[in-house]
Order: sequence, then C-alpha cells, then structure tokens
Amino acid sequence: MTNEIRPAVVLLVAFTLITGLAYPLAMTGIAQLVFPHQASGSLVEKDGKVIGSVLMGQTFTGDKYFHGRPSATVGPDPRDPTKTAEAPYNAANSSGSNLGPTSKALNERMKADVAKRKAENPPASVPTDLVTASGSGLDPDISPEAAAFQVPRVAKARGVPEERLRQLVAEHTEGRALGFLGEPRVNVLRLNMALDALAK
Amino acid sequence: MTFNGWLQIAVYFAVLTALVIPLGRFMARVFQGERTFLTPVLGPVELLLYRIAGVDETREQHWTTYTVAMLLFNAAGFFLLYALLRLQALLPLNPAEMSAVAPDLAFNTAVSFTSNTNWQNYGGESTLSYLSQMAGLTTQNFVSAATGMALAIALIRGFARQSAATVGNFWVDLVRSTLYVLLPVSIVGALFLVWQGVPQNLGAYVDATTLEGAKQTLSQGPAASQIAIKQLGTNGGGFWNANSSVPYENPTPLSNFVEVLFILVISAALTHTFGRMVKDERQGWALYAAMSVVFLAGVAITYGFEAAGNPHFAALGLDPANMEGKEVRFGIANSSLWAVATTAASNGSVNSMHDSYTPIGGMIPIILMQLGEIIFGGVGSGLYGMFLFVVIAMFVAGLMVGRTPEYLGKKIEAKEVKMAILAVVILPLMILGLMAVATVAPFGLSSIQDPGPHGFSEIMYLYSSSTGNNGSAFAGFTGNTLWYNTTGGLAMLVGRYFVIVPAMAIAGSLVAKKAVPPSAGTFPTHGSLFVSLLVGVILIIGGLTFFPALSLGPIVEHLAMNAGTLY
Repeated sequence: MTNEIRPAVVLLVAFTLITGLAYPLAMTGIAQLVFPHQASGSLVEKDGKVIGSVLMGQTFTGDKYFHGRPSATVGPDPRDPTKTAEAPYNAANSSGSNLGPTSKALNERMKADVAKRKAENPPASVPTDLVTASGSGLDPDISPEAAAFQVPRVAKARGVPEERLRQLVAEHTEGRALGFLGEPRVNVLRLNMALDALAK
Repeated sequence: MTFNGWLQIAVYFAVLTALVIPLGRFMARVFQGERTFLTPVLGPVELLLYRIAGVDETREQHWTTYTVAMLLFNAAGFFLLYALLRLQALLPLNPAEMSAVAPDLAFNTAVSFTSNTNWQNYGGESTLSYLSQMAGLTTQNFVSAATGMALAIALIRGFARQSAATVGNFWVDLVRSTLYVLLPVSIVGALFLVWQGVPQNLGAYVDATTLEGAKQTLSQGPAASQIAIKQLGTNGGGFWNANSSVPYENPTPLSNFVEVLFILVISAALTHTFGRMVKDERQGWALYAAMSVVFLAGVAITYGFEAAGNPHFAALGLDPANMEGKEVRFGIANSSLWAVATTAASNGSVNSMHDSYTPIGGMIPIILMQLGEIIFGGVGSGLYGMFLFVVIAMFVAGLMVGRTPEYLGKKIEAKEVKMAILAVVILPLMILGLMAVATVAPFGLSSIQDPGPHGFSEIMYLYSSSTGNNGSAFAGFTGNTLWYNTTGGLAMLVGRYFVIVPAMAIAGSLVAKKAVPPSAGTFPTHGSLFVSLLVGVILIIGGLTFFPALSLGPIVEHLAMNAGTLY
C-alpha cells in the first residue's frame, strides 16, 4: 500500500498543474486571441461605456422599452446585509424561482404579473413566457409572441407607427439554429437598442 | 408537444448513437495500450508522468491493490480540494475577493467533486475564487471522471480475461483516461463553447450601466474550460449558480446541443468499448439498447407532461405549457431532454429548474437517480453500475431455469450475487434512511421551500441526487445547512465508494475464473430477450423499493395539481 502513496501524490499534483492550471490558462490565451469578444463576455458598449452583455438579460421597466421575462434573482438587502432582497436580473447571482407546480406563492406571483401585463398592454391574452421566471433569472430573450404583445404599448409611448415596430421585431427575431434547434426568440437588449437608434 | 420538439430529440439520439462506435473503438485502443493518432503527441507526456510518479506501467495490480490505489488518490484529492477552498482568501487569482469557504460547506463541496457528484450548495459566482474553480474544481472534474472510467475498464477486464490474477494498473488507466480521452475532447469543446459565447477570461467582474441606467454586475471567469469537462466527465457542477440555464454558461441552442451530447457520449460509447474488449460487440449493443429503452421512455414522459403543463396556468388564461424555470431559447423540448439526460447520466447540470417541473415531469429525474445512475450513468460508474444489475438479472434468469447462470462464459456464483446485492441495497438504505430522519426532524424540515407533497419531493430529490452522485437539485431547497452538508456529503461518499468496492470485488473474482464454452443451455446475452429481462429487473427493483415514497411525493402532488389544489 505504501508503494501507492507516491503515485497518488505525484499524479494529483501533476494533474492539478496540467488540467487545473495549464489547460484553463491555455484555453484563456487561445480564446482571447481567436474569439476576444465572446471570451470577454460579449459586452455591449454605448458611448464608450459598458451597458451590459448581449447574452445576459437586464431589467426594463419603462413604457418606451420592450420588457423581458420576470426574474427571480436576489441580492443583498440594502437595509440589512445579512438578508437578501429581490434584485431582478442580478448577473452576479443567477437563480430561478424554484417554486413548485402547486405552489401558492407561484400562483399569486403569476396572477399579479398577468394583471400587471394586462394593465400595461391592451387586453390580449398574455404569452406564458412573460409571466414565468426563467431558470437563470437572466434570460435575454422573449418569444416573438411576447414581443408582438408589447408592440402597441411601445408604439404609443414612442409615437412610432405600430407597423414600423412590428417590422423591427421581425428583423430582430432569431429563428431556430440550423432550422430546427431551439426556439424562435427576440433578444430584448438588442431590440431596445434598435428602438433607441430608430428615435435618432 | 410539437413535431419540431420530437425532431430535436430524434436528431440528438441519432448523433449520440453515431458517435458510439468511433469513440468506443478509440477508448478500447487507449485502454489496451495500442497506438492511436494522439500517441505521437501524448505518448512522451504519458511516459514522463509514469517516471516522475514512480509507476511501472508494465506491472499490473490485483483488484485489492487497484482499489486501494484508487482510494488513496481520491482521498488525496479530497484533502487538496478542501484545503484550497478553506484557504482561497489567501491564495492568488481571486479578483472578486471571495472569503474562505465555511468548513461544512467545504467538506460537502470537496466530497462532492471527488466523488464525481458536483452537488452545488455553493453559488460559483458568489462563493469561489478563480483559483478554486480552476485548480480545485476543474482538476477534480477531470480526475474523478477518469477514476470512474478506470474502474469500469478494470471490471470489463474481469469479464474479458481468463484465469488471471490482475485487473490492470490503476495509475495507467487514470493517466490514459485523462490524457487521451478527457483532455483532447475538452479542448475542442471549450473552444467551441467560447465561439458560441461562453466567457473565458481572468478579468474582474464587469460593472455595467444598463440602457435604463441601472447598475448590473456581470460575473466573469475561466468558464468555458470548466464547462466542457463538467459535461464530458458527467460532473455537472456549474461555473454559475443556476448552472447551464445561465446564458453565459449555455448561450445558444447550438451550445446546448453540444453540452447535452457531451453529457452522455462517453458513457454511451463505453458500452462499445466493453463489446470490443470482450471480443463480442453484440454484448455492448445489448447494454446500449437496455439503457436507450429506459432513457427514451423517460424523455417521452417528461416532455409530454411539461408540454401539457400546469392546469393552474390555464386557469389564469395562459397557455399551460410549463415555462416556469425554463429559458426561451431552449423551450420545452430541449429542457425536458436535458433534464432526463442529466439524471440518466450522473451529470447533474441543469438548463432549467427541475424544482419547477410538473410533478410527473420532475418525477422521472428522481426515478433515474434512484435506479442508481445506470441509464448511461456517470462516465465509467454507469457501466460498472449496470454490470451489477446484469449480475442480478442473470441470477434471476438462472433461478427460473434452475442452473448456474453465466455471463460471457463466466459463472455467476454466490460471491458475485452477494456483492451485487450489497451494492444495490446501499441506495435505498441511504436515500430512504436519511429521508426518514429528515422528514420528521425540525432541522430537516426547515430547509423546505414549498409546503405540501412538493416539500417531501424536495427532500427525496436531495438524497437521491447525493447518493446517486448526480448533483442536480430541487434548488429551492436550502441544502447549505450543517445537517444537509454533512448527511448529503455522507450519502455521496457511501453512494460512490460502497458501490465501487463490491464492484471491484466482483472484478477480482471474475478475472480468476475460466470461461465456460457456450452450450445449448446457455442464455444468450445479446438478444432482445436479455434486454427485456435486464430492463425488467432494473425497473422492478427500483419500483418496488421507491414506489411507496414516490407516491407520497410527486404522484400525490400530480393528483392535487389536477384537482386544483395549491399549497
């Protein structure tokens, strides 16, 4: 048995060096060289300042923007740092609601969200993704139906014809990869940036 | 359910099956010490490792020495990882200034990663330094997977060899698994993931000012390199708290396809490696068929129930398809496929929140973990776990016709059957035993998020996942308490090593036996009759053991949900 101690220790150290340091560092070097934009987090800048990542959802509350999905992420409570408080789209603490299918808390949250969405937007049936929290709390996308649902509100707030916005949504709708993988989707940040560009 | 959903599942399964032969053949060559296209590059590295470690690669080990070597290596890994986590505040590569991990959490995490479980009671981006993620977790992602593969290969040698004394050399199998299989595929996978958008940097967290003027901190890190191996090695521990649902961890449907393929590919291909090493490829395909039957049935059930959704949603005037906890880019089909793949294998990464699944949709993952993670299973551990059920199935078949059962010409006798039963009984002992305590004790109940039957399912999920070395969770549950860190860690240890030792004892016993030539009375183990018998034995053992508990959790919740009850 003592014969096996040396290989155990030496190989553990060797693999820590190879797979724990050399491998991730080499990958970092190659990635930064070949795909610098993605490797650094697909950041988006506006006027030289980072406004977010195109991959990570962010909060939109104003009428002039398309809204993303509910987010269940939390952050430290500003009044009491030992507790947590709601902090939607906290990209430093990803999380879903994890509420179960028979949860009263889930049902009440969804009921309130449905009422809110209906009040903000002309009465139409609310797309499910707009009242369900994503798994990460950072979903950057909404379904094309969820974008269409918000078009009248945004058009009114911005004084832009609905037809123009529907066109903009269509331009920003990403189809399935290779024609069959995933689901059609609209990146909310990209769409809203295009909205701002439209205004200029 | 949609045609496109089924198409994605069908294409996934077709690609997985197409990879079985090339990868399985490659691994057989690697473990039999033959030359491969990587030998010119990696051969010298391999030899160098043997020289500095003082390993004589030509000398093989008895099963007991093999097992002791494995245990020593895993113990050393545990202590190194524990130390790294406890000392991370004093070590470099910590731009977010993470403090030391608490002792019970460090114990749980260290056990979790050395046992290939990767249960996450920590949130990566809020707890761990880059050094802990790389040198600590990424290293164990490699070597715990390599450990599993080595053990499976040793057991295969038990069937393949005759009247032999040794089952291989653990150090050689460990080095070859890591260098020739895990590392090259991870390199390709990591670069693919970066291309799709997964970050790979050592920079500080980025502070952004959003379009509406709010602050958003974007956590960064060397993620792609860790994610590639966490999927390939069926580890599953996420770089970020919400694992592969986080867009940084899994940005596109393409990255999703590759990640979910990585989850099963080695375990699936090992069935073919087995077939080649015992010189009868049909034997490998029979195991592959048995695994596939259970897997596809699981996918169909989960997908069906998630698409049919939640009647409570319909009552609010919504489309009932269950999108709570799921991402728009993946939708119902990809989320369901992943949930079943990750629990069939002992991977445990998630791209949607299982806690929010419909009761039956979420029950399939629980069942797959309770079967012992043998439907493809963890890399290596799935195959040696499956052999235990093969031994039991052949024993049952032998009882039916009244003759000593054989598998691949090796007589299955009292010792093998005892060892197999011992390993299989460990699962209910840990899962149901610890559940029984947790469901009546205040320190067990206080972690529950959802009252009612779902809370019971949350406890069941935790112990099924820990014991099965899966690592996924019903994540609303607060696992990071002294009680759950300790008992969960214990369940992981027992679930891994108390299965490994009996499995290795079987290897040691079989390798010494002579093969009996097949006769007219031999039960062929490559046809549909054998596959049906094996699937039947797996489902009956799992069903009889866990049905009462399942009926108190997911099944009663399903009935309550349809009756319009909320808790």
